[in-house]
Amino acid sequence: MADVKVGDKRDQVVIERVTRTHIVKYAGTSGDYNPLHHDDEFAQKAGYPSVFAHGMLSMGLTGRMLTDWFGAVALRKYGVRFTKQVFPGEQLTAHGEVTAIAEENGEKRAVVHVWTTNSAGETVVDGEAVAAV
Amino acid sequence: MPDKEFTFPVDRTAIMLFARSVLDNRPEFTDPDSPEAKALGGVVAPPTFTWAGSHYEPNYNLDMTRPGWKPPSSSGGGSLGRGLHGEQHYEYFHPIHAGDTLNVTISPGNSWEKDGRRGGKLRFAENIYEYTNQDGVLCVRVRMVGVTTEKAVEQ
Repeated sequence: MADVKVGDKRDQVVIERVTRTHIVKYAGTSGDYNPLHHDDEFAQKAGYPSVFAHGMLSMGLTGRMLTDWFGAVALRKYGVRFTKQVFPGEQLTAHGEVTAIAEENGEKRAVVHVWTTNSAGETVVDGEAVAAV
Repeated sequence: MPDKEFTFPVDRTAIMLFARSVLDNRPEFTDPDSPEAKALGGVVAPPTFTWAGSHYEPNYNLDMTRPGWKPPSSSGGGSLGRGLHGEQHYEYFHPIHAGDTLNVTISPGNSWEKDGRRGGKLRFAENIYEYTNQDGVLCVRVRMVGVTTEKAVEQ
C-alpha cells in the first residue's frame, strides 16, 4: 500500500442487480425493518413507486470497494450522504479517487473521494473515506 | 447524558451474516480459521457492522414486530414513511472483534430545518453513536443524520 498516490482511482461494480431479496436480507442483519424497504403497498402509500434499498445497504456495499482496496481494518473514517434512493433492479458501481496523502498519528493515510452510481449513472451515495496505507 | 445506553454483544454469526448481506465476504469477516483472520486476532467486523446494534437497542422504532413497539413520533424521528437517512459518518479507532461486548451510547447532536424542493420542508436531526469495548476502548463513533420529509421525495 506504500505506493498509493494522489489520483489513484478505482471503479467496482459492488452489486450487479439489487433485488428485494438483498434488501430483505439487509433488513434482517441490520435490524432495520422499516416497511418502506420491503412492503410495496406501504411504500406506495407513502408516495414511492416501490420499496427501495436502505441507504445503509448502499453504504455497506460501497464499503466493499474500500476493503478490497485497502484491507479489512485500514479505514480510519468513512462518511457519506445519501443522495438518491436505490430501487430494485439497479446495478451499483462504487468509485474511489485518492485526493490527498497525509501523515497522521504516525501513519500514512489516504483521503479518498467515494461515490456510488446507479444503472443510469446517477450518484446515490457521495462521501469521503480515510484509510491507513 | 446519552438518550440511550445499552450492551451489544458481538458474535461471530452476526458478523458473518452482516458481511454476507453487504456482499463483503472477506475471510477476516467470515472465517476465524483463515490466516487473514488469525493475523488480526480473530474475526473482525466490516466497516458498517455497528448498525446491527439496533437489534439490542431498547425502544428501537424501525421494527414494528418487536414486543412493545411504538411508532416513531412524527415530530422527532419521523414516522416510518417519512423518515429518511440523510448522512452517516464513521470514525474508526480500534477494530471490533467477534466476542467483544460493546457498550453503546446514543446522544442527540445538532438539529435544523431546510426547505427542500423534492421533499417539502425537511427536518434534520443528528444522533451520535459511540461503541466502546469491554476494555473501555472506544472502537467506533458514528454521526447519523436523519431527515424527516413533509412528503415523499420526488424521483
